Amino acid sequence: MTQSRRSFIATAGAAMIAAPVVRAQAAARIVVIGGGWGGASAARRLVSLGHAVTLVDADPTYVSCPFSNAVLGGFATMTDITFDRAGLAAEGVTLVIDRAQAIDADARRVRLTGGGTLPYDRLVLSPGVELRLDALEGYDASAAEIMPHAWKAGPQTALLRAQIEAMEDGGTVAIAVPANPYRCPPGPYERAALIAHYLSRAKPRSKVLILDAKDQFSKRPLFEEAWNALYPGVVEWVSQSQGGTVRRVDPETMTLVTDFASHRVAVANVIPPQRAGAIARAAGVADATGWCPVRPESFESTLVSGIHVIGDSCFVGAMPKSAFSANAQAKVAAHAIDAILRGATPSEPRLINTCYSLAAPDYGFTVAGVYAPQDGRLADIEGAGGTSPLGASAEVRATEAKHARAWFANISAEAFG
Amino acid sequence: MRTVLIATALLAMPVTGLAEVVSQPPPPGATSCTGCHGSAGIPLDTLSAAEIETAMEAFRSGSRSVTLMNRIAAGFTAEESAAIARWLARE
Repeated sequence: MTQSRRSFIATAGAAMIAAPVVRAQAAARIVVIGGGWGGASAARRLVSLGHAVTLVDADPTYVSCPFSNAVLGGFATMTDITFDRAGLAAEGVTLVIDRAQAIDADARRVRLTGGGTLPYDRLVLSPGVELRLDALEGYDASAAEIMPHAWKAGPQTALLRAQIEAMEDGGTVAIAVPANPYRCPPGPYERAALIAHYLSRAKPRSKVLILDAKDQFSKRPLFEEAWNALYPGVVEWVSQSQGGTVRRVDPETMTLVTDFASHRVAVANVIPPQRAGAIARAAGVADATGWCPVRPESFESTLVSGIHVIGDSCFVGAMPKSAFSANAQAKVAAHAIDAILRGATPSEPRLINTCYSLAAPDYGFTVAGVYAPQDGRLADIEGAGGTSPLGASAEVRATEAKHARAWFANISAEAFG
Repeated sequence: MRTVLIATALLAMPVTGLAEVVSQPPPPGATSCTGCHGSAGIPLDTLSAAEIETAMEAFRSGSRSVTLMNRIAAGFTAEESAAIARWLARE
C-alpha cells in the first residue's frame, strides 16, 4: 500500500466516524406530508439524525387541538395554541407551503396542487383526520358554519367560542359525539367540562348537553366525578342506549334529532364521524375501515411500501388518536426510517401515550398506556398505564393540571421549535 | 504508524458494524419520554443516569408517590429502565 492510498483511507474513515449520516443524507430524499404534531415531530427528528427532509403543508401556521378546549373555556387565547411553521425551516426542514394532491407510490413521487413534484425515497404521511361532511344527514360544510365542529382547531374554534359568548343565559350548548374511533377520545368530555367552567361563571343558568353515539367513554368515572364536583347539574350526558346518537341535524332551526327526541339548542357543536386524511386514502394506504394499517416497528404501511403513516390517520392497535401518540409515533418512525436507509432493521419499539384532560384550569387528570408489538399490532402492556385515581385531593388534580401545561409547552417546543 | 492502524481497523470493520457503532438506536420506549420531559416542560437534564434509574425503580415499586410515572414505569423492567436512563442522560 502506498503512502497516499493509506492516507486517503484514513481520512475517509475519519470522515465516516465524524458524520456517518452524511452518506444517508446524500442518498435519501424524505418527504413529510402534514405539519401537525406527527409530521413536525418526524421532520425534526429526521433532520437531527442527519437527513434532508421536505415537509409539505398548505398552511404556514398550525393551530393545536390540545388546549383548544381551554380557549372555549375562556382561559386560553387563540395565540396560545397557534404555532408558526417557520420554526421548522429554522431547524433545517425544507418547508413547502402547498397541498399534496396525489401520490404515485410506484414512481415514488408526490404531486403538489401548485404544480410541483417531489420525488421521495421514504414518505411520511401525517395528514390527521378528515371530518366526514357526508356521514350525518344535514351536516355539510355550510352547516358547519352554523353548528361548528371545532374538531380541527382554528377558525372553527373561534366561531364556537364566539357563539358560546354571545349565548343568552339559560341556553343549552349541545355537543354531538360520534362513535369510535375518532381524534382525541376524551376531548368531547373535556370540552363539556371547560364550557361548563365558563358558563358557571358567566351564564350560571345555562347547560351543557352531550348527545353520544357510545355507551362508554375515555376516563368516564373521572369526568363524571369532576362534572358533579365542579358543575353540579350543568352537564348532562345522554348515552347511545338512552337515545343519544344524533341521526340528523337542522341548522336552520338549531335542532339535533336523535332516535327518541329532537333537541332545539342555543349552540350546537357537532363532531362528525372521521376517517384518515384524504391524501392517505388517495395514496392507497387506507383500508375499508377508512384508516391506515401500519407495522408497529416502523409505521410503514402494510399496504404500500415506502410510505409511513403516523398520527391520527394510522391504525396500529391499542394506541389512541392523540397528539402525544402522534409525537411518539413520529420519533419511532424517524428512527426506523434512519435504520432502513442505513440498511439496518428497525429495532423493536415500545411506545407511550399520556393523555391529559382538564376539567377546570387547576383540575387535571390523565390516562396513560405503554405499548409493545404483538401479532403485528401494538398492544397494551398489562399492569402498566391506566387512569388517575378517583377521589384524589385538589392538590393532586392541580399538579396534573400543571403537568398538562408542562407537557403542552414541551411537546410544542419539540415539534415546532 | 498510527495512520496505518486506523486504516486497518476501519477496513476490518464491516460497513454495517461501523454504522451501528456511531448510530446506536435508542432503547425501546426512550424516545417517548421527551413528550413531557425537556427544558420547556418537566426537565431531566439535571439528573444523572443513576438518579433517573433510581426514580424509575421507586415509581415502579410505589415507594415514591407520584401522579403519573408509576403507571409508565410499570411498563418497563429494571434493565429496560436503566437503558433508557443512560440514553436520556446522554442526550
